[in-house]
Amino acid sequence: MISRIIEAAAEGQAHNPLLPAPADLLWSSVVFVILLAFFWVRVLPNFKKNLDSRTEAIEGRLEAAEKAQAEAAAKTANIEAEQAQARAEAATIREEARAEGAAILAELKEQAASEAARLTATAKAQIEAERQAALISLRAEVGSLAIDLASSVVGASLKNEKVATGVVDQFLADLEAADSKTKAGKKK
Amino acid sequence: MILFAGTPFELNRIMMIRLLVTTLILVLFFLWSGTFKKAYKNKQYVPSRFQLMGEISLNFVRKSIAHEQLGDTDGDRFVQLLTTIFFIVLGMNVTGIIPSLNIASTALIGLPFVLAIAAYFTFIYAGVKKHGVGFFKNSLFPAGVPAAFYILVTPIELLSTCILRPITLALRLTMNMIAGHLLLVLCFSATSFFLFSADGFFKAFGAGTFLFGFVFTLFEMLVAFLQAYVFTLLTTVYIQLALADEH
Repeated sequence: MISRIIEAAAEGQAHNPLLPAPADLLWSSVVFVILLAFFWVRVLPNFKKNLDSRTEAIEGRLEAAEKAQAEAAAKTANIEAEQAQARAEAATIREEARAEGAAILAELKEQAASEAARLTATAKAQIEAERQAALISLRAEVGSLAIDLASSVVGASLKNEKVATGVVDQFLADLEAADSKTKAGKKK
Repeated sequence: MILFAGTPFELNRIMMIRLLVTTLILVLFFLWSGTFKKAYKNKQYVPSRFQLMGEISLNFVRKSIAHEQLGDTDGDRFVQLLTTIFFIVLGMNVTGIIPSLNIASTALIGLPFVLAIAAYFTFIYAGVKKHGVGFFKNSLFPAGVPAAFYILVTPIELLSTCILRPITLALRLTMNMIAGHLLLVLCFSATSFFLFSADGFFKAFGAGTFLFGFVFTLFEMLVAFLQAYVFTLLTTVYIQLALADEH
């Protein structure tokens, strides 16, 4: 065992571990050059492209999202404006309808009033006509009644038609005159 | 078995491990690269689980190291070298704790040396490209130092910038890996010796040494990652110092 260690130590002394052997240098260089070329040409460009495309994609998506947001905001504003417009329109329509309603109501009222006036006038005229008729028939009847009464009181002297009518007419005229006199007097 | 023994093409155990790790890195990143390509061609922007793992790995170097130290533009200029260095060192370090490989292939000075040389020329290239000859002037005659002190400062700067930087890069990595390998070999050889060769009472030591071996294996996992990070970060810092307007 110990002899083997000494042997190994002696071997170690034969070659200074700080000085590289030619084979050591050669294979180290081969390894280094191969890997440097590999990383330079293949791995790192792909790696960088991958990262760059991802960054680009993220930025692009953020931009698109911002755009979409702006669009949505514009749309909302539009909708709000439209709503306000519609509301204003509705208000004017309502106002108009109200005014129209009021106008119609007033017209109807007027119509009703004129109708009522017309009816009243007609009724008055009718009443007047009836009164006239009643007056005329009353006059005739009063005349005959009075004559009958007078005949029965005075006797047959008044049987003469002409005279009787004249008397009655005279009487009624007097009556009317008196009546109109009192009316005039009342007016005075 | 050693292929091409005695020639510069000698393929011993460590070289075989290096080629194996290289193949594994190639396969893994080939697959990841394929998923990236598919993703941007199909405009599939949500990464799959596998793809995300690749992105996290590559972004660790690109964002946490390159962009952090150099800024986005310069970071992307040097990210190829930094990525290569990081994954080579990490992959080669990890073999130290993989059963049947059992040695970090960065524990042999050649690979760290090659990587350090690459880092060295890269930061010189970065400096010269940016400042021309002024880069050497900036490095060797730092601004704000009284002229008389240049007698003292310039040799130190020359030594530190042009000689010590690549050497320390390579040695730090190699020595860490050698030390880790020795520790593991010591612990597990001791365990084997105590359990199978020692008598009676001494067998009990085997459990203790095994426990140490186990803990150091976990520790080596950390070291493997940490050394890859440190190597890459220092390379980045050297590039950043070369690009800086004044030191």
